Amino acid sequence: MTDLLPTARTGGPAVLTKGSAPPAAPPQEPGPPVARGTRRRLGPGRPLPFGRLIGPVLLIAAWWAASASGYLDPRILSGPGSVISTASDLVATGRLQDNVLISLQRAGLGLFFGVVSGVVLAVAAGLSRSGEYLIDGPLQIKRAIPSLAMLPLLILWLGIGEEMKATVIALGVAVSMYINTFAFLTSIDNRYVELAEGLDLSRAQFIRKVVVPGSLPGFFVGLRLGVTSSWVGLIVVEQINATSGIGYMMFQAQQYAQSDVIIVGLVAYGIFGFASDAAVRAIERKALSWRRTLAG
Amino acid sequence: MATHPGGLITEVRPAVRTKQLVRKFGDRIILKELDLTIAPGEFTALLGRSGSGKSTLLRAVARLDHTVEGSGELTVPERVSLSFQDSRLLPWLRVLDNVILGLRGPGARERGLTALEEVGLAGRDRSWPHELSGGEQQRAALARALVREPELLLADEPFGALDALTRIKMHGLLRELYERHRPAVLLVTHDVDEAVELADRVLVLEEGLISVDLAIDLPTPRSRRDARFQEYRDTLLTALGVTQPPPTA
Ligand SMILES: Nc1ncnc2c1ncn2[C@@H]1O[C@H](COP(=O)(O)OP(=O)(O)OP(=O)(O)O)[C@@H](O)[C@H]1O
Ligand SMILES: [Mg+2]
Repeated sequence: MTDLLPTARTGGPAVLTKGSAPPAAPPQEPGPPVARGTRRRLGPGRPLPFGRLIGPVLLIAAWWAASASGYLDPRILSGPGSVISTASDLVATGRLQDNVLISLQRAGLGLFFGVVSGVVLAVAAGLSRSGEYLIDGPLQIKRAIPSLAMLPLLILWLGIGEEMKATVIALGVAVSMYINTFAFLTSIDNRYVELAEGLDLSRAQFIRKVVVPGSLPGFFVGLRLGVTSSWVGLIVVEQINATSGIGYMMFQAQQYAQSDVIIVGLVAYGIFGFASDAAVRAIERKALSWRRTLAG
Repeated sequence: MATHPGGLITEVRPAVRTKQLVRKFGDRIILKELDLTIAPGEFTALLGRSGSGKSTLLRAVARLDHTVEGSGELTVPERVSLSFQDSRLLPWLRVLDNVILGLRGPGARERGLTALEEVGLAGRDRSWPHELSGGEQQRAALARALVREPELLLADEPFGALDALTRIKMHGLLRELYERHRPAVLLVTHDVDEAVELADRVLVLEEGLISVDLAIDLPTPRSRRDARFQEYRDTLLTALGVTQPPPTA
């Protein structure tokens, strides 16, 4: 039988017999159609190193070209050159670093508390019925109310200080962490649960060896959404009575019509978002190396 | 919750004893006061038509049927291993970690490596399950079952998903491992030949009761061409309603 399989991967003219002597010569004439080359691939091709940077680099190149050719009015959008020189001025005075640092701290704090509480809630809701009944409903309701809609209430409760800012960010992060981790956790194959029972695993072992790895893909989906939502939350809270941070820096620039400073702020947000997403992806690839998926 | 009046008594002898074991799904009674005793070290195969309740019985003996309604007395040993039709390796654990999952005590890794060697998977301990072929996955599952040194091995169609050639090899391997470790075995299968070839006793489950209890008195290794092999086979096929009994009158 195997002799009849086309030697597909060689790509050359298909030879019907493998090995040396063909004992019973296969029919040479009309015969079955012979496949050549490999099959059509339906998944995406092989990944390129740093391939993800291609899109952003092209975008910047287009911006550069547009402003260098004078097509772009600098009063509407400064070119990359003047943005870079503005950025280096801001770095020289220390203004950029200070604001970036405080923004990063806000987003980081919110992200941290959001991730921890989202995961804890998901595990509690996923592993016990009473947990599910108590937790899932309120969180689904919370999901329908954007954190930003709760802003007036949070300001009333917590003031306009750093606690309010971290809380707004954490709320958004927690919801996306919870939704995704919980969804994957509850869809862990029941056969694995049966296996764990058959092997007499303790509850702690079950959580460590089955629940956590089984819901890790959901954790990462949640984390990527959570990271994004922490930047969105950051941008919003920095528009409210902030006296520091990138948002504040941009707000000030708007008052003095410094479009290049605004762009520096936008670029900083963009870099944050892009870099943090790349970091999460890298961790995800490492942690989920056992998976074979379409993305490869 | 299943109710088991008389509770669960764990003792050494016999390997399995059920008394008036009843299991039902709603109004459908699958096991009707089933009595079954399996001696330590006895290799038993369980046949029965699809839907006759073989898996239900096996899951009851494995005490995995929390949600199934029922009654009766059940005695099983302390160390019971279970293998399924699918190999059920956790995709996120490497092969060795799958084998020693839940194993307690020192030297677990060494024992796991020995078990892998026994099933012919030496050197594959660092592989991911998806890197193994179907037959290799099933062998890894066998290693996972045996590394616990079970007094009772329960297997629900462990070779069901394998091709014919791999199946033959697995039969040899299972028998060999059985002779070395001597657990009591309860093997659920659809394949009458497999049952006669491997087991020393073949049961047929029908209408919720054991309808045939046949001792296979043949030396191992067994040849399917042996005339007595054919006799056992025909008896069992008849009991399963596959062939008509030869005209007697
Ligand atoms: N969870 C369940 N809920 C309701 N009925 C069930 C359930 N599990 C099994 N049954 C029924 O119980 C009967 C016995 O099922 P069981 O799986 O034990 O059969 P089996 O002998 O193992 O069959 P097969 O050889 O096809 O695996 C079947 O009629 C099945 O429909
Ligand atoms: Mg079954």
